Amino acid sequence: MEEKKIFEKGNIAIAMAAIAAGCKYYFGYPITPQSDIPEYLSRELPRVGGVFLQSESEVAAINMLLGAAATGARVMTSSSGPGISLMQEGISYMAGDELPAVIVNVSRSGPGLGGISPSQGDYFQATRGGGHGDYRTMVLAPHSVQEMWDFTIMAFDLADKYRNPVIILADGMLGQMKEPFVTRMPEPIPYPPKDSWALTGAKGRPGRVIKSLYLGHLELEKHVWKLNEKYERMKKEDTRWEEYMLDDPEIVVVAFGSAARIAKTAVKVARQEGYRVGLLRPITLFPYPYKRIRELSEKVEKFLTVELNAGQMVEDVMIGVGARSKVYFYGRPNGVGSLPTPEEIYNEIIKTLKNEKVPVNEF
Amino acid sequence: MAEIARKVFSKPKSMKDKPFHFCPGCHHGIVHRLVGEAIDTLGIREKTIGVASVGCSVFLYDYFDVDVLEAPHGRAPAEATAIKRVLPDSVVFIYQGDGDLAAIGTAEIIHAANRGENFTVIFINNANYGMTGGQMAPTTLLGMKTATSPYGRDFRREGYPIKMSEIIAQLEGSAFVARGAVNKPANLNKTKKYILKAFEYQIKGMGFSFVEVLSACPTDWGMTPVEACEFIEREMIPYYPLGILKEKKVPDHL
Amino acid sequence: MPYIVINPELCKECELCIKYCPYDCIKIGDEINSKGYRFAIFVNPEKCPGCALCAMMCPEMAIEVYK
Repeated sequence: MEEKKIFEKGNIAIAMAAIAAGCKYYFGYPITPQSDIPEYLSRELPRVGGVFLQSESEVAAINMLLGAAATGARVMTSSSGPGISLMQEGISYMAGDELPAVIVNVSRSGPGLGGISPSQGDYFQATRGGGHGDYRTMVLAPHSVQEMWDFTIMAFDLADKYRNPVIILADGMLGQMKEPFVTRMPEPIPYPPKDSWALTGAKGRPGRVIKSLYLGHLELEKHVWKLNEKYERMKKEDTRWEEYMLDDPEIVVVAFGSAARIAKTAVKVARQEGYRVGLLRPITLFPYPYKRIRELSEKVEKFLTVELNAGQMVEDVMIGVGARSKVYFYGRPNGVGSLPTPEEIYNEIIKTLKNEKVPVNEF
Repeated sequence: MAEIARKVFSKPKSMKDKPFHFCPGCHHGIVHRLVGEAIDTLGIREKTIGVASVGCSVFLYDYFDVDVLEAPHGRAPAEATAIKRVLPDSVVFIYQGDGDLAAIGTAEIIHAANRGENFTVIFINNANYGMTGGQMAPTTLLGMKTATSPYGRDFRREGYPIKMSEIIAQLEGSAFVARGAVNKPANLNKTKKYILKAFEYQIKGMGFSFVEVLSACPTDWGMTPVEACEFIEREMIPYYPLGILKEKKVPDHL
Repeated sequence: MPYIVINPELCKECELCIKYCPYDCIKIGDEINSKGYRFAIFVNPEKCPGCALCAMMCPEMAIEVYK
């Protein structure tokens, strides 16, 4: 695709990036706030010789993804919280089957029917996984429309590199807002060929099986450790984060996605006022940048986690920090009206510096 | 001059040598073989991709020398939809039991049929959930005692047995729908033809093909294999009539 | 002369072949196989026309038919 600067919604950036990454197959179901993605792809995929199919449910969608991924094709689905909940079984199967795919969650609010305004309440679901068994999925958290584009392309490469599903954890604000972005191709990530395992019809060879059932003596344990090795490799090779104004801080704000976007303004203003504040923005939520947080906690006494939920990523900050420093929390589980302003986050930073907040990692 | 005898009946070439794990008298073994015979007759082993489901047939991939994908319970029609959309020249078949197709997977099978997905479905109806120990299935007959209907199925409590072939035949997207049985040679011969025809329909691009096979589950029915065949004749066939329910003559066109 | 070969190790003593053989050419033998089943054996070979109904009904693909 030709590199140009365009002005579009985050959801559209994801859909365009999928096609640019060579994804020709999309199976999904409408749900607010991401229906733009299937709508765009229903128009554009046939134009590039691809297949768009609106499935009867998210359950069907993830299973169609499984089928298509088994043939070696690049595939994507998108949904929001309630639909991702329905996909958990399929995601577990795909991890067990070692199948690559990209799953986009444009988060709304929960639990239950909740609401349609953006939140970050699906953090646990994405990083701990709601599916059964020992598996992880890589999670990428964009915070701009440019990243909605960049990370989608990266997600396909990472999914193929590790033969594992990759989740893009966005939210309704990122999905619906329009920003200028450049349709650039990021540095490709090398991945192995698929012809040793893809199901294509047993021409000139014996039949192959793709399965996750292992009933033989010690078979499943061996398989799970093999999957685990991949996750350890992800931690070593593909942990990503951004550091913003992180020179010699007194307090580090940790936030991802839209929360980080708003927090950046608060941090910038606080610096202008003379406070030594910085932001650590995890980009991969799994694997999480524990090591960098651990390093920072040697010099920094205070970490303020800001999230659009009732407290999820804060647990990972606590893991990273250990007992060395104090972890504070400011959360706004989103419903209508509860998106924090930069001023509100700024005030929380000041309160933290003035010891007016209670740390959450003291028991 | 003595004539040397030729082998006229043996295991299909597209099947592996692995002995079946099924119970004595289970009809899965017969139907697996009929599918293998169809694959051999049509010469499609190298193009065939199977989707296995959950139930006693979960090990389907151990028996067929073709590419096979495992599917979660009930979801095989979704996997098959995608495989056929990505590889339209392949021959895709799915093989499901009553729980998979008529309970947890009802949405998936109806929508795949409704979309006229060009793959072949083999539906094993043995009126109970065999793998898990004989619990009631949507296809369990009224009055039948199972592990979860110990007083016998009562329509006031458990509803009626569901006739999936009739439901599928009603949908515009289905092209070939038949119900057979393999409890005696006459029925087996017809069912063998239905299965072959179902695959032929797929190869000709006619649309969704579906063959339901009334099958015995001697272990969970608490009968001998021979008694189970008689049960099918006496009790199942009157409720689930055999025959071709639908066969489109030409593929749909605008 | 047609005949059948029954693989004793595959037989599970389901007796479907016996029920559906119209010529009385199969019966349950006295020996057991390694799984503990008393496997079916071919008897009265002169009566066998090679109809293969036994092989068709066998769920184990245990019978081969020669004609």
